[in-house]
Amino acid sequence: MNLKINNRFKSIAGLLLLISLFFAAPVLAVQDDSTVVDTTAVAQATTEASTVDSASAAPTDTTAAAAVSADNANATTTTAATASVEEVKSIDPQVYKNFFYYFLLFLVICTIIAVIGKIHSVYVLTRKMNGKYNEYGNNNLQATLLLVFLIAFLAFVYYSYDVWGSWSWRDAVTEHGKDIDRMFIITLVITTVVLILTHIVLFVFTYIYRAKAKSKAYYYPHNDAIERLWTIVPAIVLTVLVLFGFFTWRSITNVPEELQKSAIQVEVLGEQFAWHVRYPGLDGKIGKRNYKMTTPTNPYGIDFNDQASWDDLQTQDIVIPVNKSVRFHIISKDIIHSFYIPDFRVQINAVPGMTNYFQFTPTVTTEEMRDKMNDPNYDFIMLCNKICGQGHYNMGKKVIVVTEAEYKEWLATQNKYFTEDLQKEFASNNTVEGVQTASIN
Amino acid sequence: MSSTVLSHDAAHHDAHGHHHETFLTKYVFSQDHKMIAKQFLITGIIMAVFAMLLSLLFRIQLAWPDKEFPILEVFLGKWAEGGRIKPEFFLSLVTIHGTMMVFFVLTAGLSGTFSNLLIPYQIGARDMASPLMNMLSYWFFFTACVIMIASFFIESGPASPGWTIYPPLSAVPTAIAGSGLGMTMWLASMTLFIVSQVLGGVNYISTVLNMRTKGMDLWKMPLTIWAFFLTAIVGLLSFPVLVSAVVLLIFDRSAGTSFYLSDLVVQGQILPNEGGSPILFQHLFWFLGHPEVYIVVMPALGLTSEVISTNSRKPIFGYHAMVYSLVGITVLSFIVWGHHMFVTGMNPFLGGVFMITTLIIAVPSAVKSFNYMATLWRGNIRFTPAMMFAIGMVSFFISGGLTGLFLGNAALDINLHDTYFVVAHFHLVMGSASIFGMLCGVYHWFPKMFGRMMNEKLGYFHFWLTFIGAYLVFFPMHFMGVDGVPRRYYSFTEFAFMEKWVSVNVLVTWAAIIAGVGQLAFLINFFGSIFKGKVAPQNPWNSNTLEWTTPVEHIHGNWPGEIPTVHRWPYDYSKPGHNEDFIPQHIPFSQTMSSNMPHDFEGNEEAIRIQEQWNKENNRVVEG
Repeated sequence: MNLKINNRFKSIAGLLLLISLFFAAPVLAVQDDSTVVDTTAVAQATTEASTVDSASAAPTDTTAAAAVSADNANATTTTAATASVEEVKSIDPQVYKNFFYYFLLFLVICTIIAVIGKIHSVYVLTRKMNGKYNEYGNNNLQATLLLVFLIAFLAFVYYSYDVWGSWSWRDAVTEHGKDIDRMFIITLVITTVVLILTHIVLFVFTYIYRAKAKSKAYYYPHNDAIERLWTIVPAIVLTVLVLFGFFTWRSITNVPEELQKSAIQVEVLGEQFAWHVRYPGLDGKIGKRNYKMTTPTNPYGIDFNDQASWDDLQTQDIVIPVNKSVRFHIISKDIIHSFYIPDFRVQINAVPGMTNYFQFTPTVTTEEMRDKMNDPNYDFIMLCNKICGQGHYNMGKKVIVVTEAEYKEWLATQNKYFTEDLQKEFASNNTVEGVQTASIN
Repeated sequence: MSSTVLSHDAAHHDAHGHHHETFLTKYVFSQDHKMIAKQFLITGIIMAVFAMLLSLLFRIQLAWPDKEFPILEVFLGKWAEGGRIKPEFFLSLVTIHGTMMVFFVLTAGLSGTFSNLLIPYQIGARDMASPLMNMLSYWFFFTACVIMIASFFIESGPASPGWTIYPPLSAVPTAIAGSGLGMTMWLASMTLFIVSQVLGGVNYISTVLNMRTKGMDLWKMPLTIWAFFLTAIVGLLSFPVLVSAVVLLIFDRSAGTSFYLSDLVVQGQILPNEGGSPILFQHLFWFLGHPEVYIVVMPALGLTSEVISTNSRKPIFGYHAMVYSLVGITVLSFIVWGHHMFVTGMNPFLGGVFMITTLIIAVPSAVKSFNYMATLWRGNIRFTPAMMFAIGMVSFFISGGLTGLFLGNAALDINLHDTYFVVAHFHLVMGSASIFGMLCGVYHWFPKMFGRMMNEKLGYFHFWLTFIGAYLVFFPMHFMGVDGVPRRYYSFTEFAFMEKWVSVNVLVTWAAIIAGVGQLAFLINFFGSIFKGKVAPQNPWNSNTLEWTTPVEHIHGNWPGEIPTVHRWPYDYSKPGHNEDFIPQHIPFSQTMSSNMPHDFEGNEEAIRIQEQWNKENNRVVEG
């Protein structure tokens, strides 16, 4: 495509563009001044108005103020306040001016780029006329730019590993997390080496083998030996990674039955947009839940016909003792959530209709972690990691790892889920609905 | 099919009069593969721009979560009251951005465009096996696009449960506003889209199998055709499964069934559904969803193979290995879907099995990358804009593919699943790589599509902005993911450990804005060149494949007179002994006696004898 600026109309249009931009900026400044003036005037008006009419709230921004003052000028009645609320929605003209300004700015940048492009074309044409044009000039330029990109890319990778890498990396604080971390590091080393080597090869090749005046490509359609080599080498590396990963995965997910039973049991229920935690109480058993029994007083839907539920504890945070195996039962009340604790390398989805389990052993208490991080406010956080609606981004729960003594102390202070109100409700319901609930089970 | 072939028979072809073409039949309801390809491409570009604008909107929110942009309210109204995007709308943006990019741009826009354009051209056919189905395929796609965009203009807003539309979030309208009418429209749109894909896929497969010109056996097909052919097979086998997933979801939403729903108490309301499983949906969805990423990336690999070979002036290295690795990817792509579900509560043993199959698929991908580099080795590389994009594609394919080793590993996935690490991974390996493959195709085949050349300078400008921009946007996201920042979070300000990433988000957003605005260079170049570009020569890149033997002016039936016969593979670039550095596929060996090699004759004794005699007469010594 040929961009022409020699057209008279286009140059006039460009000129107009520049002029309007020149004017646009001062307009901005003037407008700013006038709005400031408006604000003060309006502020006065509204203070007077508020003495008359208490319903009109103090304006928070200039648009609101403008609207309120306009209304006050007409009539200072209570209806003015409601009218002003509607008018607040109208958008400050300044917004359009700003937008127009940036739009013009963008057009100017486009024009500059077009002018540079044109100058370059003229330069190329003169070179051609003088017989000095190097038809491989652009090819060399692009090859060189790719080489420069390589250097910048490597520097960028180094920078990001160094800076962002250190921001993002915290050692795992669980037993299985250490295995995951080791494997992560091994994979990271392998992939980084491959990333760097392949990029060096790619961009060095493009530079060395760029087309030149007398160069010719080497007809080399295949080499079975080398192809076999680079099929087998990745295959071996991947086999090692697969085996390593497979056994780690099995060791995390395949917990022997006796260890499952001896662990501390904690149930976590996700709902839009909160988590609820239930500890089993003295009997070590979490009582049954039946979602059909959900009532406003029993939002968890616990089935009190199961006596194991009577001593269940409801707690605010997740508190677990260090170096003890904890088995989490993850359930959901409404839609899919995900139980995710980055520091623990723990994640499992909360799926309605089924219980998922994750068993792990934390190795560092919150206090120790705070010392290590040198951050007295640091907390382990459990996040929701599966899109679940508008509050998804704000659905976390503190996880506190404490010593065993502290844990017992804390557990003793927690309240039972089966409160007196619920007991009364259950007792009164049971006499009437006893037969019905039995049939459900 | 036979009637099509007959009516376009070479003998009748010169007489064009009987095709009375109106504007409507030529430009709108066209059955010509070239016009349909253009329709797919332009619709795809429009959808890409739309989806990119959506991404800029949520990038702005992520970079400046506490700032107000009153201008947003001008455009978005109640979705950005007070100049701040609402959390629900944020999720809609993410959802529709993903859906449009994956399905409309990278599936229809990429393989729809280039399969339609190149399959008949490169295998030497007058048109597709069924031009009518081809036309229907486009119009189903177009309707799907219209419905998807229309969902922005309804009261409750577009669908918002993520592009994976996991129920129950997508099934229960009380869970999120977008799951009301917006979700219904999403499902309607997707059903139409799948119809389009199935029609297209059947067509591509039957065309490749039945309509190759004389001499074009499977092992003489360009890698582009192999890629489109295998892509169509993957699509044909997997898209119908998505239909079943979508139809069951429609039943759950509208007919009160419980395929995916059970034990739900949404917003305090006990729902009557019982016995279903949300995991079932995930299995059905990912049975398409994973092959889908190969549907997206394989055509890009095919286009890139062709462009790299042409512009390196060298045969593609390991043609057979390239085909076998595509076949390998095709087969394996059907047995890896479970790696999206390691932490859903699927049987952990199954997770282990899926992990093994997943990591195996890295082998053919690695082979392809190495072969690309071997093709560049000792080449004579011309850096056309298409070639730049092809090189960029290889770079993205490697840097994005490598992080797949983390995510494919079930144990590592525990911590990385659904974090920004995943976002970085798939945006590099399937987003950027495929977009680059697509752009490389557009720059390379633009002269074929529109008969004009694109502006090179704008092409380079576009490449550099996009290439650097994409790395700046997606590379930092890996680190957020390692830190444990979940994806689809409306803002990073709610948790202390995430706040440090807001500064990185500012960098990412600026890079996205600049790269996004940089796409205007492409749009100006693309649409400007359609009307004002330099008129293209017949074979501007000195390429070997058959499409460059057709006249620049498009004619119905592609070739005036007879379709050329194919004599050789498409990669005879820089063959020693030949005076030019390319030998098109239709040139018989009898015209290139000075460059023929013994294995060219595939064991044809007579031909070898003639060649040896010629060699003796002309004192030609053949090595090997």
